[in-house]
Amino acid sequence: MSEALLQLNGVSKAFGNIMAVDNVSLTLADGEFLSLLGPSGSGKTTTLQMIAGLAHPTSGEILLAGRPIRPLPPYKRDIGMVFQNYALFPHMTVARNIAFPLEMRDMPRSEVRRRVENVLKLVDLPGLEERYPRQLSGGQQQRVALARAIVFEPKLLLMDEPLGALDKRLREQMQLEIKHLHTRLGVSIIYVTHDQDEALVMSDRIGVFNRGRLEQIGPVEQLYEQPTTPFVAEFIGESNMVRGAVREATSGRCTLDTDDGPLRGHAQHAVPPGSTALISVRPERVRLEGENAHDSDRNVIQGRVCEVIYMGRLRKYVIETRGGHRLIVAQQASGVQVRSFTVGETVIATFAPEDAVVLHDSI
Amino acid sequence: MSALSSDRLWPWLRACLCLAIVIFLIFPMVIVVIVSFSSAPFLTFPPPGLSLQWYRKLASLPVWFDAISTSAMIMIPSALIATAAGTAAAVGLARGRFPGASAIASLIMAPMVVPVIITAAAMLGVFRSWGLQGTVLGLILAHATLATPYVVFTVLAAMRLVDQQLESAALTLGATHWRAFWRVTFPLILPAVLSGLLFAMVISFDELVVSIFLSSPTVRPVTVQMWSDVRGDVDPTIAAIGALLLAFSIGVLLLETVLNRQRTHPFAARAEETATQAAP
Repeated sequence: MSEALLQLNGVSKAFGNIMAVDNVSLTLADGEFLSLLGPSGSGKTTTLQMIAGLAHPTSGEILLAGRPIRPLPPYKRDIGMVFQNYALFPHMTVARNIAFPLEMRDMPRSEVRRRVENVLKLVDLPGLEERYPRQLSGGQQQRVALARAIVFEPKLLLMDEPLGALDKRLREQMQLEIKHLHTRLGVSIIYVTHDQDEALVMSDRIGVFNRGRLEQIGPVEQLYEQPTTPFVAEFIGESNMVRGAVREATSGRCTLDTDDGPLRGHAQHAVPPGSTALISVRPERVRLEGENAHDSDRNVIQGRVCEVIYMGRLRKYVIETRGGHRLIVAQQASGVQVRSFTVGETVIATFAPEDAVVLHDSI
Repeated sequence: MSALSSDRLWPWLRACLCLAIVIFLIFPMVIVVIVSFSSAPFLTFPPPGLSLQWYRKLASLPVWFDAISTSAMIMIPSALIATAAGTAAAVGLARGRFPGASAIASLIMAPMVVPVIITAAAMLGVFRSWGLQGTVLGLILAHATLATPYVVFTVLAAMRLVDQQLESAALTLGATHWRAFWRVTFPLILPAVLSGLLFAMVISFDELVVSIFLSSPTVRPVTVQMWSDVRGDVDPTIAAIGALLLAFSIGVLLLETVLNRQRTHPFAARAEETATQAAP
């Protein structure tokens, strides 16, 4: 995982006045699983198409194994791609579909047959060679598309929301299978999705897209623990955000004056005193306590329970704070030291400054 | 109450109207077919008896044989040219994004909109100066021009149904644009291409106006021969040739319908086959 397989340097794509992809730079290591996560229309699919050669950057450069990719037409890039709707050829059998990339490479027939057989075993579809795509279930079609994209052993595999059309159970099963396949084949994967859970389960790193820009890219944990923009904090997992004026900021620590009193958190980027900023904290990092709990190290917000949602493992509380904000708190539903609260009860919500991130107010 | 009766009256009226139109359009053709089997020596209806004498006469007259073979010699190449050109144009219009695409589209469609007599006169003028007037080649080119828009229409409709991602997928799998077209796109639009071919054949075989302008005494398609015959002595031979043309057109259109059915359920027959094979 050391050498860079793919590199995007300041890649942009404009459709008329609209910047579909805006100055995106990223590096993909050999063997890495990178997810591009973002709402629909945020530029992740266009980025994928530029890597595949189906679209061309308006500016910027893409390097594959250190060499500019631009002169190569898509059919010479040797990059496998799985499309959102699978794009299986309806007039060809499963075997012919999978053999297609091999035939395009003029491989001898016996070799084609051997490889098709092997890859069908790999995706767990033996015996369906002579079926037509429309005779297969969604999950089977997905596997055929995957088999067709990896049968020619590309170094890089692009997947564009490949599980979007499957139901939840099948999706979860396929997520694991794709992840296993990734480890087994050692192929690098760029995986486009709008489903944050999917990205969290599968990826080594995640790049979060918003309005054509790559907001943040990093290992899964880093994105969750240290989001650098409010968008990332909201898009990956749930976040409570409170707006406030920066009172003081010293070496990563920062205090905000909010409607709910002073709140402390850590800031990754310098936030100048006097400016408005957001403080963000995850629901599961907030603790609810009775009236008179006091711990001077923690941030304290007073409020009233206005909704309780029982979710099995967790109980979610919606708190209306004294300052008029909504605060979501997730607590273990069972446990010795956890007491539950009822609607209307007055509570104190606390969280440690280490668990709160102060972000530029860019929403 | 009046609302109720008008509710009942309207469908009834509509059915009558449709029936009347159908009879009005179909009945002359039925009469032509019946008269072609007449035993009378002239055109009369109802015929006094049945015989095959007019078909025998038709076969014995070399002028009809020549006319039919001239028509065939024009029909086959012109239909092939129209199909090839029309398919290429449809693919280009459906996939290409280039300036003036809509202008080109309307230019191709022009023969469908411009009155045939105008097209015919224009072709006569140009073809005469090119030395194509009165030649088989001239008629081939003229009919190809007339039939191309129909092919473009049919194939364009089919191209709009072919998912562009299939072509993208073929490219990422290593196919050049050329191979992607022949291996993926073309098989999927083939039924429409064949429909277009059949339409082009019928258009060429039935065409009269342009053919009158461009034909000569030696190069005379069957429709022109019929036209000149009708103006002279009319005997039931003309009904016999009319019945033959009718049979040809109906046959081609039936073939087209069969193809169309396969297009709406592509691979359905084979799907059933494999399904029954899979079941033990």
